[in-house]
This record gives sequence, structure tokens and C-alpha cells, in this order.
Amino acid sequence: MSDIVDVKLAVVGGLPPRTDAPWGPKPGRITPARIGVYAFLVVASLFFLMPFYVMLITSLKPMSEIRLGNLMSLPEVATIQPWIDAWAHACTGVDCNGVQVGLFNSLRILVPSVILSIALGAINGYALSFWRPRGSNLIFAILLLGAFIPYQVYLYPLVRMLSVVGLYNRLPGIVAVHTIFGLPIMTLLFRNYYASLPIDLFKAARVDGGSFWTIFFYLILPMSGPILVVATILQVTGIWNDFLFGLIFAGRENLPMTVLLNNVVNTTTGVREYNVNMAATILTALVPLLVYFVSGRWFVRGIASGAVKG
Amino acid sequence: MEPSVVVRDLHIRFGALDVIRNMNLEIAEGEFLVLLGPSGCGKSTLLNAIAGLITVTGGQVIIKGKNVTWEEPKDRGIAMVFQSYALYPQMTARGNLSFGLKMAGVPKAEIAKRVARASEILQIEALLDRKPSALSGGQRQRVAIGRALVRDVDVFLFDEPLSNLDAKLRSELRVEIKRLHQNLGNTMIYVTHDQIEALTLADRIAIMKGGEIQQLAAPKTVFHRPANLFVAGFIGSPAMNFIPGAVEESENGKVFRFAGNTVPLGAYEGSHRLTTCPDAILGVRPEHVTIHADAADGIAAMVELDEPMGSESLVWLKLADKPFTVKTTAEHGLHNGQPVKLVFDIHRASLFDKASGVRL
Repeated sequence: MSDIVDVKLAVVGGLPPRTDAPWGPKPGRITPARIGVYAFLVVASLFFLMPFYVMLITSLKPMSEIRLGNLMSLPEVATIQPWIDAWAHACTGVDCNGVQVGLFNSLRILVPSVILSIALGAINGYALSFWRPRGSNLIFAILLLGAFIPYQVYLYPLVRMLSVVGLYNRLPGIVAVHTIFGLPIMTLLFRNYYASLPIDLFKAARVDGGSFWTIFFYLILPMSGPILVVATILQVTGIWNDFLFGLIFAGRENLPMTVLLNNVVNTTTGVREYNVNMAATILTALVPLLVYFVSGRWFVRGIASGAVKG
Repeated sequence: MEPSVVVRDLHIRFGALDVIRNMNLEIAEGEFLVLLGPSGCGKSTLLNAIAGLITVTGGQVIIKGKNVTWEEPKDRGIAMVFQSYALYPQMTARGNLSFGLKMAGVPKAEIAKRVARASEILQIEALLDRKPSALSGGQRQRVAIGRALVRDVDVFLFDEPLSNLDAKLRSELRVEIKRLHQNLGNTMIYVTHDQIEALTLADRIAIMKGGEIQQLAAPKTVFHRPANLFVAGFIGSPAMNFIPGAVEESENGKVFRFAGNTVPLGAYEGSHRLTTCPDAILGVRPEHVTIHADAADGIAAMVELDEPMGSESLVWLKLADKPFTVKTTAEHGLHNGQPVKLVFDIHRASLFDKASGVRL
């Protein structure tokens, strides 16, 4: 017994005093590497923010100030007239109604395309990861292969096919195109997400008597919250930014905002109105910009889950 | 009496791999059958095939006299409890219990009645309005068992239901499952790799390896009369000691000879049927050996290591240059390096043919 006490005392006596540093958390230190990292980050953000800054201030300047050529200077007399012109009066060819028409066209294309492609992708992913019908791996492989073929290859055949069924240059046609081309990535996204859910849940639901649709709606869909957000972000930004499909398949009545923006910028009657062009561009970019700001975290997660998981 | 579940010539193949080979199994009404085996032996696959969750390659599954080989899981009259609980995360405990009944279109009043009864049996009434994420592991598994109970079926299937729980909860729920079986009297098929669960719960144990049943018998028989080397080595903790040697004839009847030692086999169960065998293995459980520190007779060995386990102690010895374990009282008073004599309880020992592994 006394041996143990002695040993303890000896150890306590040999310890360094409590007051000496190091004590508590290790202090952060500014190293040259850390400075380099920050410098790089600052330069990178300037590189991406500068054009936006120029666009924003130019869109608020009257043409007289723009002609002075001071690209970087703030407007002396700020005006929102270019924004009003861009929204309501800018000319695309012969029509002078601004990009507002495009906004509504884009929304009419966007909403059904996003809903349809996500719904089909979710059902595909659900069937492929839980029900695994015979040949499901082959179907999935073909679907993915489709995603890797450059879609310019399909343009002409698709034009012919859609005109045969009477959907060319019509809203349902462009919605169908967006839905079909969104299917591979949506299926991949949902399949990988569902593969991470425990298969026992699905088995339990089958023993409980769930059918294909009841299991999907009562069990799987309520658990799909995070991936639905990710899919919505991907599809909204993707379809909104689309130019080529809109130009080719939408038809004159339904041209999306991106196409109208291009027409506004390229219509030259007299002076090039840089301020109006800038305002129109920012207006068009507003929807994806908003999506990124609201959901940057989810967006990154979506890209990561789509790309990394096999 | 008509068997409750019959598996007839069952064959299951995944790709080129035969998971279940030509299996035949009859489970009596109200029987508690445990499928026991190492991972990958096909026990879970067999259970899933009985549940109808995987397609069989060949053979039939008959439940209550009805061929259900092509039936959906819900139409087989079975309920299943999973290792991962598999509770629907977005529903409350009550929602989990009633989901299947809602799917089946059972009237609301009847659902409420059955949920009340099941939650009373399992004592989960206070938890009914909680979501699974707000339940502990033991509570989750109770709810999962409740979900099986409300289905009011004849056959319960358990797929390693206690493997995710800690040791204390496991022994608690084990007793509860046994009590449940006693009170309900349903047929239960229970998959586990835990031999204690198997030995305590089962009416009969089916020990599986490589998609085949090695032995199908009551726990006592499996423990005391293992049918082959695999069963003998798999059942029992600490594991059975195996001594290679030969069964030979002597003037006093059959004896087992190894490394200069002779063990008379007169007391061996069925010794009159024994034939000589030049390549045999004697299996002795650590519980069935006594250590004598200063006896004249017995097999010489030397103490190497002592593993105290509270009330008893596992002594590691060296016997004919091979490790040998003996379970004895904690107060054995032996020290490392001490030479001792061992006496085997031959009546409870097992003899195997070395080549085929079959019990002699």
C-alpha cells in the first residue's frame, strides 16, 4: 500500500508546473503557405467578380457616361432606365417587347420539364435500385451511355421525330426534349441515393404488403427530401441555362429567355445600347443566381453525389 | 400434425454461386427453429426465400399446406423482423405498426385494437407516438417485433434481430422473444450466428455451412452429440478440443491412442458399435475434462496460461505439444509451468473420422 503512494508522489513531483505554456489550444500561426492560399483565393474571387461588377455599374449608367470609356468607374448619375428598357422595350428583331416574354416562356418550359424529369428519374432510380427487374443493369448501362454521347448528334433526328408526331416547334416538344435529356443524370442521381438506403426497409414494406406504387409514395418519396432538393437545383439551373434546345425545338412563340437575350444583344439598330444589354443579361442570369445563393450547399452536394458515387 | 413450413428441394443460385443446395426442411406447427451458421452459409438467404423476398432457382416453399413458391411476401402468412429494425423513419411507432394493416385495408377500429394488443404485450404503449429516431436500439427492435405481431400471422421470421444490440439488451430481448414464443405458440424461424441465442431459444437448431444443413437437432443433441467435425467446432465456447489419434482394439475393448497415451472408450456412447479407425479425432469439450494436480493416472499435460472469467477459469495447457483448454473453477490453485494429469469424461466426448469428419 505505501509503495503505491510513494510512486504517485514521485510522479507528481516530476511534472512541469501547471502555469507554463504550452497550455490549452495550440495557437494558430500565419505561415507563408497560409498567406499564399489567401492571396490565391482573393485573386480568384476578383477574377470572377470583376465582370459582374462591370456589368452591374454599366447597366446603371446612361449611354453618355458609357461613351466616356471609364469602364471601372461608378456611375455619376445612376439610372434604372436601361433595366426598364431591357425588361419591356428592347428589340429582338422586329418585336420590341424586351426580355419579359422570354421570362414567361422560360418558366413555362422550366416548370413542367423539371417536374417531369425528376419524377421519371426518381421512379427509374427506385425501380433500378429496389425492384431490379430482369435486365435492369443493361437498361441502366444504355441510359448512361446515352448521357455520354454528345447531344448535338441527336439534334437532326429529334427534329424529324418531333415533327412526325406533331410536337416540333411546340411547348410539349421542348418539354419532352428536356425531360428525355435529363433522364440519365436524374436516374443516376436517384439510383445512387436509393442504393444508400437500407434494403431491409424495402423488404419490410413488401412483407407489409406494399405494392410498387404504395412503397414509392408512402415510404421512398418521404425519405427522398435531400435528393429532391439536389435534383431540383440541377434541373432548374440546367434547363434555365439551355440555349440550343430552346432555339431549335421551342418554336418562335416559346423562345426561352436565353434565346431572347441573344437576340436583344445581336439586334443592331443604330447605337449599341451596352447598358440595356448588360441589364438584360443580369435579368436572365437572375434565376440561376438566386438558386445558387439560396442553395449553394445543396448544389455542391448534388454534384458530389452524382459524380463520385458509382 | 401437418408441418407449418416445408422447404422442398430448394435450390438458390446467384450467378455461378450455389447459395442453397437441394435443401429439405420441415418445421412443425409452433416450433422454434434456429438457423445457425457462420456468415455466408446461406441462412439469411433461406429465410428470405421462405419470406418470398428472393426468387428461388428451384424447389418449393409450402406454408400451412399451401404452395406459396410464387406468392408475394404479404400473401404467405408470414411476418418478419430484421437485424437493422427496418422501421419506416418518417412514421411514428404507431404508424409503423399500422402501415401493413392499412395497406391490407383493415378497418380502423380493428387496427387500433391490434396495435393496442401488440404494444401491451411488448410494453411499448408509451413509445407509440415517437419516431424511430427518438427510440433506443432496444425500443426500436421492440417496435419492429410489434410490427410483426399486429400482422396476426402463423409464422414469424427473425433475421438476426439482436445482432445490433449491446450484450445486456441482447440477453434481455432474448428472454422476451422466448417468452413471446411460449405465450403465442406461433411457428418461429430465427436466423443467427450467435450460438448462445441458438442454444437458449431453439426447439431445434439447423446448423448450416455452404448452403447445406450439417445437423438438424435439439440444442442438447447438437451440443453433446455433434454430427460432424464442423458442428463440433462451431458449437461451444470455448471451442471443443480436438486430438488426432487412432481407435484401436485392445484386451479391454476399444481404446483411443495418441502420442503414447491410451484412453479407454468403454464409456463412449455407442461404444459397442465402434470399429477400429486408424485416422480418428477425439473431441473433448473444455467442460468435460478434470485437472488433477497430483494424480498418478491420467494424461500428462502442462499448465501454460490461466484465463479467469469470474466464477470459473479457462486453463490453457500443453498436451502432446498442442494447446488444450480446460474449464475449471476459479480457485484451481494451479500455476504456470505446473505438470498436471487430465481425465476425460469419455461418455460426453465425441469421436470423428478424420477423412470424412463424420461422427463415429
